[in-house]
Amino acid sequence: MSVAEAPSSDASGRGAAFSGAAGGDELTVVEPLIFDRSRAERRAVRFPSVSAAARQAGAGQPELPASVLRAHAPRLPEVSELDVLRHFNRLAHLNMAIDLNFYPLGSCTMKYNPKVNEWAARLPGLAESHPLDPEALSQGSLELMWLLAELLKEISGFAAISLQPAAGAHGELTGMLMTRAFHRAHGEGEQRTKVLVPDSAHGTNPATATMAGYQTVTIRSNERGGIDLEALRAALGPDVAALMITNPSTLGIFEDQIGEVLGAVKEAGAIAYMDGANLNAILGRFRPGEAGFDAMHFNLHKTFSTPHGGGGPGAGPVGVSERLEPFLPRPMPVLVEGDPDEVRANAWAGYSTPGVRFALDDDRPQSIGKVRSLYGNFGMFVRAYTYIRSNGDAGLRTISEDAVLAANYLRVRLHDVFDLPYDRLSKHEVVFSGRRQKREHGVTTLDIAKAILDHGIHPPTIYFPLIVEEALMVEPTETESLETLDHFVGVMREIAELAASDPDAIKRAPTTTPVGRLDEAAAARRPDLRYRFPDETDAPDAPPAGPTSEAPTV
Amino acid sequence: MTYSPHTEADRAHMLEAVGVASVDDLFADIPPAVRAGAWSVPPPLVEQEVRAELARLAGRNRIPEVSFLGAGVYRHLIPSVVGEVIGRPEFATSYTPYQPEVSQGTLQSIYEFQSLICELTGMEVATASHYDGATATAEAALMACRLTRRSRVAVSAGVNPDHRRVLETYCSGPGIEVVTVSIDLAEGGDGTTDPAAVEALGEIACLIAAQPNFYGQLEPMRELADAAHASGAHFVAAVEPTSLAVLEAPGAYGADIVAAEGQPLGIPVSFGGPYVGLMAARMASVRQMPGRLVGATRDVHGRKGYVLTLQAREQHIRREKAASNICTNQALMALAATAYLTAVGPIGLREVAELSAAQARHLAGALESVGLAERRFGGSYLNEVTLRLPDAARRHAALAERGIVAGHVLERGEPELRDTLLLAATELTTDTDIARLVVALEETA
Amino acid sequence: MSYPDDLRYSKEHEWVRVDGSRATIGITSFAADELGDIVFIELPEVGAALSQFGTFGVVESVKAVSDLYAPISGEVVEVNEALRDSPELLNADAFGDGWIAKVELADTAELDGLMDAAAYADETA
Repeated sequence: MSVAEAPSSDASGRGAAFSGAAGGDELTVVEPLIFDRSRAERRAVRFPSVSAAARQAGAGQPELPASVLRAHAPRLPEVSELDVLRHFNRLAHLNMAIDLNFYPLGSCTMKYNPKVNEWAARLPGLAESHPLDPEALSQGSLELMWLLAELLKEISGFAAISLQPAAGAHGELTGMLMTRAFHRAHGEGEQRTKVLVPDSAHGTNPATATMAGYQTVTIRSNERGGIDLEALRAALGPDVAALMITNPSTLGIFEDQIGEVLGAVKEAGAIAYMDGANLNAILGRFRPGEAGFDAMHFNLHKTFSTPHGGGGPGAGPVGVSERLEPFLPRPMPVLVEGDPDEVRANAWAGYSTPGVRFALDDDRPQSIGKVRSLYGNFGMFVRAYTYIRSNGDAGLRTISEDAVLAANYLRVRLHDVFDLPYDRLSKHEVVFSGRRQKREHGVTTLDIAKAILDHGIHPPTIYFPLIVEEALMVEPTETESLETLDHFVGVMREIAELAASDPDAIKRAPTTTPVGRLDEAAAARRPDLRYRFPDETDAPDAPPAGPTSEAPTV
Repeated sequence: MTYSPHTEADRAHMLEAVGVASVDDLFADIPPAVRAGAWSVPPPLVEQEVRAELARLAGRNRIPEVSFLGAGVYRHLIPSVVGEVIGRPEFATSYTPYQPEVSQGTLQSIYEFQSLICELTGMEVATASHYDGATATAEAALMACRLTRRSRVAVSAGVNPDHRRVLETYCSGPGIEVVTVSIDLAEGGDGTTDPAAVEALGEIACLIAAQPNFYGQLEPMRELADAAHASGAHFVAAVEPTSLAVLEAPGAYGADIVAAEGQPLGIPVSFGGPYVGLMAARMASVRQMPGRLVGATRDVHGRKGYVLTLQAREQHIRREKAASNICTNQALMALAATAYLTAVGPIGLREVAELSAAQARHLAGALESVGLAERRFGGSYLNEVTLRLPDAARRHAALAERGIVAGHVLERGEPELRDTLLLAATELTTDTDIARLVVALEETA
Repeated sequence: MSYPDDLRYSKEHEWVRVDGSRATIGITSFAADELGDIVFIELPEVGAALSQFGTFGVVESVKAVSDLYAPISGEVVEVNEALRDSPELLNADAFGDGWIAKVELADTAELDGLMDAAAYADETA
């Protein structure tokens, strides 16, 4: 397999990272793997030598037996520091990102990630704080966590918060494990085996139910896009542990029967869990804990602007009602000396309270235990706290107002060219269907998404939720200007027209991106999941076997 | 301050287009009975005010001048290039690479990460990351249960206690039983797991052991792997990644699955997170692996490119039958680890491991030679060592007051280990640091 | 759309070709098209006992996963090993080279519960 050198011509005009040539016999690459830049004995970072004094002092200590030592050094790439930087900078050039492009991915809330949040997370006093340092040295970290929890309580109306889960799905797992513990504590652990989930649910919901040892029962949505109340009532019973519901739903629609839903769930003795992914729509307008939910996870990387990082890290704190509070993961940051009202009031005014002391409370006998090591993704707490303090009460309300306004604006400007399965007031996102384009011109939502790429815009979420045919979920967020929104409308209308007049052009898209459409079937049939060194065979591993129950190879 | 760019004119324009009089009309779909009541959230702050607040909180922490604290989280040098790479907005502010044509930067860097982890661990496939080492270990145990169709897992008491708690919580969902294999904590013993104890466990899906273990001791991993296999179980190796520069790769001693905490690879200690969980296994098990995988392929023009692959394992397709519910992982931290490993290279990583080990031996030797402390265990160790010294807890607190953290007080977690401290060294530990420790301990005797 | 006349079809889109006391089973072209590019199939083991309409394997495409439901009961006597390396045969030739397994029929009366080609064509129209 030959690897072409980076070409000197660059048709895309975006920098020498791109391959200019299309077609040809050679397997061209856009940027070589870092392994291919390796040259023996090149070094980047260096370290001091072991001192003579150290050798002498350690001389009497046990030697490492040869049996534990590595036979061959790991073949990490040997490159210079400039090589490292150029390589990753060139890779960076290949990405779209919020900081460059409009990114209206429904359900992901791709809002602007403020840089003051990054400044805060990098403060040495916070970044260098070791989680196992004596608590007296970590009062700042503990106070920040405590204050963040207080703010999340106010925002959501819940009685208590755990910051431990590292992502939304992780928060869901925490919620379901607490549900299990709750029912066990009430002697109903054995009988309650099912979790109800709407058919519009995000895939993490049923996957979480399974990880918590529950069976998933799917409840259909009604013709207005909300959960079908009759179907829900019919499914509720003494064998149901919980309902997991997203509100606003994954259709971007507020569950206007939420009062009846919660009433029915409570009456059946089940736990009402809210997937809080869509909180960006309802800040200051709806507080789930106040409305009667038992638990909810927040996505700090959605609503609270922490960066998505190409897939993480996030953070998924969980809010709970009083009846679930005993089951929260441990330890929890608590105020052991000081008056909470005074501490809060001073913090809101920018002052520390003298004599105050925070600690980690591990004495929680009914806790479900731990869902991750230590206390959670602290770096994301710093960012979210910075964000919430920056916005404040008025700013948080404005977020939802502007997010919902922008989504409805896109709804009314595009509903004549794309089908709108649920033609009603949206919240922060709107779900279109590409079924008209598919039926009339053979152009699928996938094709439309690829065409959008050529306009320098990241496509909306496609094929989710599953209950909408050829779904196209658009979430502009509150941080996009009117010009950006209008430009997007123009692009979508142009694509709709092109779908009718020249569908083949759309099927050829994208044509201006660093690579064209990729063969995902080949990637799955012949998985090539790691670099092969020159002494290994060229072909990727043979297709892997499926799940087996045999003993492992020795 | 808000980050919304909209002026009143912008809002008026959009309201008119939507056909509502005011923004409140956009929330008419929320039934009055469930509308939010008043909340007590402080008012907005402008940038200089919010900076002052965060500086206030940062200032309430005391970062020690000298620290020997490890216990699963290690202060290593984070080369300057790492911050430059993960600070690139194209990496930091992009999403999961579901549209591969515009995500080749992320996808190729993940492929490189997977490759580096395979090379370090000697395994055939590595995932794109998990939340941390604890959840990677827990997911490895669940994976072993799926592969063997057994519902009991065994974990050595030498595995980080915090990680074992997470394992228990993860196993409580599907009702998997967790049995702990004790390690010999007696004075002068090895402080390691006895392979002979495995047979008596009966039918287990896996045995999990750590290398080095929580107490810094080196375990007989090959013998433990053999013992697990003799029981028809998988062997899960929970390893410390910098040690893999000098210690035998798990793939070479028979590990079936490897789990690790990747924090030592260029990630700040940051009061516990974000970190990165590493997981690697054999290709035969790949369909039971949780988490994302990136694979190489070609585009329509024959150009090499990368895509998320084998996605049918994951929650967005498999839903209730998915191997795991994981969606968001720790991608940017995996990129930090990738930048770190390429910046230090094989020689640099070996220097880190050797210097860490040399300073650990140095500190143990220095304390033993003046009679201040004794090693608890007789066996060999790498970068962390368990030392006995009289009145350890009181003296540890006294040193902390003076800005010296003398490791981790073990008796809190393990009552049998009274008057015992766990001290770690890294390449950042200087001879002066050790000298200061000795003097300070002498003064608190 | 017309389907091979000599086969019987189940509601779950599997087909059966009878040959004396044995039968060959597979998935229909309709199912393969719905799935898209098939990347993997979990084949049953030789010797496994299938029971009609019970699950006996899994087929996976890039974007979906589907259980396989046995159209008839019987003991698996052979599986199509070619599918391990080339699952794309299921898309290319679902009724021929994409056959999944051969079984020793347990009860030929079960075939009465399956559709003929015309009925299946109606079902999938």
